[in-house]
Amino acid sequence: MAVNWVALVVFVVFFAFVTFLGFAAVHWRRGDLDLLHEWGLAGGRFGTLVTWFLLGGDLYTAYTFIAVPALAYGSGALAFFAVPYTIVVYPFVFMVFPRLWSVARRHGYITAADFVRGRYGNKWLALAIAVTGILATMPYIALQLVGIQVVIAGMGIESTGLLGDLPLIIAFVILAAFTYTSGLRAPAAIAIVKDLMIYITVLAVVIVVPIQLGGYDKIFAAVPAAKLTLAVPGANTLGSYGAYATLALGSAFALFLYPHSITGVLSASSRHNIRRNSALLPAYSFLLGLIALLGFMAIAAGVGDAPEFKPYFAQYKATFAVPALLLHQFPAWFVGFAFAAIGIGALVPAAIMSIAAANLWTRNIYREFINPVCTPRQEAQMAKWVSLVVKFGALVFVLGLSSQYAIYLQLLGGVWIIQTLPAVVLGLYTKWLNQWALLIGWAVGIVCGTWMAASVNFAAIYPVKLMGFVAPGYIALWTLILNLAVTVVLTAVFNALGAAPAEDSTSAADYV
Amino acid sequence: MQDDRNGAPGRNSWAHWLLIIPFIAVLWVPFYNSVEPKWQGIPYFFWYQFLWILISAGLTAAVYFLTEPKK
Repeated sequence: MAVNWVALVVFVVFFAFVTFLGFAAVHWRRGDLDLLHEWGLAGGRFGTLVTWFLLGGDLYTAYTFIAVPALAYGSGALAFFAVPYTIVVYPFVFMVFPRLWSVARRHGYITAADFVRGRYGNKWLALAIAVTGILATMPYIALQLVGIQVVIAGMGIESTGLLGDLPLIIAFVILAAFTYTSGLRAPAAIAIVKDLMIYITVLAVVIVVPIQLGGYDKIFAAVPAAKLTLAVPGANTLGSYGAYATLALGSAFALFLYPHSITGVLSASSRHNIRRNSALLPAYSFLLGLIALLGFMAIAAGVGDAPEFKPYFAQYKATFAVPALLLHQFPAWFVGFAFAAIGIGALVPAAIMSIAAANLWTRNIYREFINPVCTPRQEAQMAKWVSLVVKFGALVFVLGLSSQYAIYLQLLGGVWIIQTLPAVVLGLYTKWLNQWALLIGWAVGIVCGTWMAASVNFAAIYPVKLMGFVAPGYIALWTLILNLAVTVVLTAVFNALGAAPAEDSTSAADYV
Repeated sequence: MQDDRNGAPGRNSWAHWLLIIPFIAVLWVPFYNSVEPKWQGIPYFFWYQFLWILISAGLTAAVYFLTEPKK
């Protein structure tokens, strides 16, 4: 495929615009960026609308937009678990996260690990939460790069060799530079542009492509029947129903425990903002459902059989389905616009993730264990440097290793991050759980989850067998149950042995 | 759950129970795992879940207005 110059020019123009926006954002709601909560949380002053754009841009990432339709293209109905997942996540957020916001604002917490440190007075438990967050985030950043890589290849740019890596390196240097200077304000400003571009792209596609292909009837008729619903389970097994429901529920529990989600939540101006956004963010879920349908449109358009896309499907597999659909059905200028939406869609979460990881490192490792007497200025400077290191690590990872490893590690990241739920979420409601029981439960969950994932070749689903009954389900959810069981039992044991209660620096009134 | 409440109990706190409904509606797969009835050519499996995005958002909004403290 020759270089698609029209698409490339449109792509570069939009990229240049958001680069400018990223640097200009330093002046937005001006604050002292030498303070960590100003650089890393934008001072916590974002109103409902900005939070809506920010969290939307943060949670519904470029990789999501590539991977969900790719799964629909390859596996069919199973890909739609993303819809129940993003349905049930918001009632959960509505109930739980205003409490985290309140206690964090009262005590100046900027990370989940800060809260755990305050609630249980245990720096080792806080360290476990911080390390889990950083490890779960790193491969997630790497995956955003994979999203950019696919669209750059889609514009006909040779993507192998050192020269092929150049576009990605340029995109990353830009990202690193504006994150360093503007902190969270940069991705917040860019998210507004990115989200509008994504809405325009998706609405155009779901209107235009069905007209071109002869209606939704024709599109679904082209999809093999086995891909239109889930396989009905046989006797003595939950079958694909178990996989579907546990993927949805487990992913929903995990999503807001990720550092980049918590950074988004804590940058909100009030707890009411979070409650309002729980009702408003489902607009993005609707968008995500429409995006999943793009996988079926790609099947109906027959992009897999088009000779010009053959080498790309060979290299990128089903992740090329959406770029191929756009190239196949739309004029070059719109392809450039849509690809820019995806590319910019990678910058926003990558920036927020690197900021969130930097906040964790600085607050919960550097200040706790390395330099407890650091000044606020040193603290902010350290975070800025670490945000660069984190992104550089992700870049090296993607360029040096197969993207398949990033996908495996991102899967493990979900299994790991959910293990922080007992300490963080239950900790918002009760201080009954023992700090050491929480730490042991966390460790059991991490080890067991990693082992389960490895034993099924890093698939998300592990079939739990109980007395002849098979329950295939999302490893994160199974190991969360194990973690909770261990934590509760050990808490009861430790309490019976007369364990001292935790040194809790929060009080009941802080949470409401 | 009660031990952390401060003096002011929330307005209409019963309404929070409404938020369980979306969990049941979308996590019990047999409710919607079929192609028929189609709507505008879209199989039931898909439009049912799209519809629940809207219902769930509506429920969350309703709970918000029921429980938000009166100014």
